[in-house]
Amino acid sequence: MLTERPVTPATLGVKDLPWQIKWDIATCTNCGRCTAVCPVSAIEFGVFRKREIIAPMGLQARPSNTFSVYHGIRQRTDPAYACIGCAMCNMVCPNNAIEPVRQYDSTTLEFHNNRGGQPRTRGGRRNSGESLLDQIKFIRISMLTDPALDAGRHEFDMRTLLGRVLSPEDELRCQRENGWKPPVREIYPLVIGGMSFGALSPNMWEGLQMGVAYLNEELGMPVRMCTGEGGCPPRLLRSRFLKYVILQIASGYFGWDEIIHAIPEMKEDPCAIEIKYGQGAKPGDGGLLMWYKVNKLIAAIRGVPVGVSLPSPPTHQTQYSIEESVAKMIQSMSMAWGFRVPVYPKISASSTSLAVLNNLVRNPYAAGLAIDGEDGGTGAAYNVSMNHMGHPIASNLRDCYKALCVAGAQNEIPLIAGGGIGKHGNLAANAAALIMLGASMVQIGKYVMQAGAGCVGSEKDRCNVCNIGVCPKGITSQDPRIYRRLDPEQVAERVVDFYLAFDTELRKVFAPLGRSTSLPIGMSDGLGIGDRDVAERLDIKYVI
Amino acid sequence: MCRLFALTSRDPVSPMRAIDALNVMKEGHDGSGVGLYLGGLGGPFEDLKDHPILSGIFTEAGLRRLDEYMAGQGFEIRHAVRFAPRSDPPAGTPRRGTYAAIAYECPAAWDELADDERGRRLVRTRLALRAEGEQTGDMMVFSFWPDTIMIKEVGDPLEMGAYLELGREELHARRILAQGRQNTNYAINLYACHPFFIEGVATMTNGENTAFVPIREYLMSRGVEGYSGYQSDSEVFTHIAHFSTRRLGLDIRAYKHVITPLSDDEMRQHPDREFLQSLKRSCRKLIIDGPNCVIGCLPDGTMFMVQDRKKLRPGVVGGDPASGVFAFSSEICGLNAAIPDRDKSKDFQPMHLDTAIVGPDCREVVQCSQNDPLPLQR
Repeated sequence: MLTERPVTPATLGVKDLPWQIKWDIATCTNCGRCTAVCPVSAIEFGVFRKREIIAPMGLQARPSNTFSVYHGIRQRTDPAYACIGCAMCNMVCPNNAIEPVRQYDSTTLEFHNNRGGQPRTRGGRRNSGESLLDQIKFIRISMLTDPALDAGRHEFDMRTLLGRVLSPEDELRCQRENGWKPPVREIYPLVIGGMSFGALSPNMWEGLQMGVAYLNEELGMPVRMCTGEGGCPPRLLRSRFLKYVILQIASGYFGWDEIIHAIPEMKEDPCAIEIKYGQGAKPGDGGLLMWYKVNKLIAAIRGVPVGVSLPSPPTHQTQYSIEESVAKMIQSMSMAWGFRVPVYPKISASSTSLAVLNNLVRNPYAAGLAIDGEDGGTGAAYNVSMNHMGHPIASNLRDCYKALCVAGAQNEIPLIAGGGIGKHGNLAANAAALIMLGASMVQIGKYVMQAGAGCVGSEKDRCNVCNIGVCPKGITSQDPRIYRRLDPEQVAERVVDFYLAFDTELRKVFAPLGRSTSLPIGMSDGLGIGDRDVAERLDIKYVI
Repeated sequence: MCRLFALTSRDPVSPMRAIDALNVMKEGHDGSGVGLYLGGLGGPFEDLKDHPILSGIFTEAGLRRLDEYMAGQGFEIRHAVRFAPRSDPPAGTPRRGTYAAIAYECPAAWDELADDERGRRLVRTRLALRAEGEQTGDMMVFSFWPDTIMIKEVGDPLEMGAYLELGREELHARRILAQGRQNTNYAINLYACHPFFIEGVATMTNGENTAFVPIREYLMSRGVEGYSGYQSDSEVFTHIAHFSTRRLGLDIRAYKHVITPLSDDEMRQHPDREFLQSLKRSCRKLIIDGPNCVIGCLPDGTMFMVQDRKKLRPGVVGGDPASGVFAFSSEICGLNAAIPDRDKSKDFQPMHLDTAIVGPDCREVVQCSQNDPLPLQR
């Protein structure tokens, strides 16, 4: 290190960084595990020179200097290597000698994370801890006017319908005339939302698939998982497990050459097809898989060259109007599977959601509408998109459900809500609130990574490096040296764990409300909140 | 909790017989009100079967405005029973004016109309009168339909029976639904008092409907005139029965499949499983969670009782085929009071899969299980 450090506009000290490494020389054994594990090389092994002044007592002897060196951990201050707070250093340290500490008054880096004119990109979700869903309370508790149900004893049917449900009149007419009925799936209302093979590591994907298969085949819970836009492994396409999978097609059409060619060899139809038009985390932006993660396997599945960034366009380039985008594409995808598979669009929550919904109401092939709120997560996006673009899910969902009630189609087009469910771990409460606001089911992504694989990302800007392939837990990395940390069997076990816990908690919410034989979709009279404006906006009770 | 009592008889009987049965069950209700549906009328209405009868409560001004309105629409009065109590009302019951049941001759222009359209117009007339009454406060209209009288009031059922002289012969009926409590779950309002009625379908319900709001929203979006009001969470049971039987054309045995469908395991064994699965999915918004016991009467005089899926409310059916009298009661003591000389071994308490039906001929209690085939939907 130079004795005279140049001080330039972009020179940062450790104090300028949000995450600062606290290292204890007394307990450090210099084993080097922390520097080896750090995903962003924020710390390095340092050789420090130390001067000690020896000033003897009295006036006879002159003071002297001694110089020594010691070894330890140095935190780098170049923004490219700023600590991300993942705390893997702490996790691997045998003596607990090191940890990152968040300094909320150290904000300088936020003004310098655009080196070379490149705005910051990252993974994760909106860096905001607020959660409206957590504030919603369930207030209509049955006690004396009618006996509350017993979550552990009464029979519960927790399934929901995915697909276009006909009106009772049309259903009976079809029954009489033996007419075509749109395909409808009875599934579990908690769906693993679209996280692509590529965004996730092979081990993570395999773990999720195993967990889903176990829930279905051993526990009888019809859980479904969406592929996200990244294709689907060829063996899975040709296996009986495909029926647990929702295939996603988005504007890049990655992997769809392989999927279309596999149709004649499919043993089962997929659960559904999701057409992604938008994503809550980055509305108006396409998908993005950065070049770091496009290895040979990913390239093969997606049908692209190795080592190039894979941006999906913000819109489907082949279409120019809502009718084309929605109606024709739904029809095309339906036709590919002989009208046996439900096809629905996924959009980011937006003030234009109602326009899409109104279009779907008139489209007899539309199997639902997935709406992804601003708190949804992503593997890669511009920081500004993630933090500032988007619409909260609660009011958007509520508006759509009420529009369906006016059209009389509230049982015909299921609404699938996503974005920030279980943000603070309250998965069942958040899901129940959205169901009672009108969702037929909910989608989760970030929660799956956090609960299923120990993702350390948070809304306090912790970690959030899913985009560059260095995920310290191996969840979003494509580097086998990293993702081998993640055991697929253990991921599957955790997925089963959190699904079972969710199921019990959901019953614990619905039983006291007196509901067990069908999901209380739209049972808004059971909800309350201590904010008058929110209560008015969502048409639920104001309670204090 | 409400207590319910319904009588169906070959020959007209006094409504007091049902009210006495309610009184026997008084431990189970708070005696806060009484609601009566009378169908298959005897007395002066016996010969006016095709003429719609308007039932309601009117002040003097209300009666005048009613007459003006009906005359303006082209209705002519054929027979009117107007009862203004002379005695003071019991404590807690307001003095309201005239309790009326007026049979009309429909406008000549209606002669060519199909039954459905006539029905719609009768409902429209009732709703218009009700809306006007709600603004002015001088009339309350409970039904406007042939061979139907409805009476609702706040107060103890037995005291109301005496106050309104409900034993009068002109009120004798073959089908009687009686309920002994004001709805107290929401604001007290006579329109919230069971039984509820629409186009010949009447039901009353014991218990609270936890799925009320989504069901109400669904019914209101069906585009059916008369699916409105909903001061009580039990009104939806009447409208679901109407929707199932009149709009969808289903047999009353399918009603239970609409409100409490079979589980998948049960359905797998059922000969009509495809139909039932379709019905369960398309009528998903009409599924109730109870706890409810529903007693109802259909336009042809068929009476029925169903329970919720968990059978959380009491209910019993029994009667005497020889005299042609059957009763549906919340409790056996009510049944004993009304029909003491029946064969009690034939009493039937419908359980979570059952529908108990007594046809208009009053010969027997037909027991249907949801596991049975549905004959009419094939």
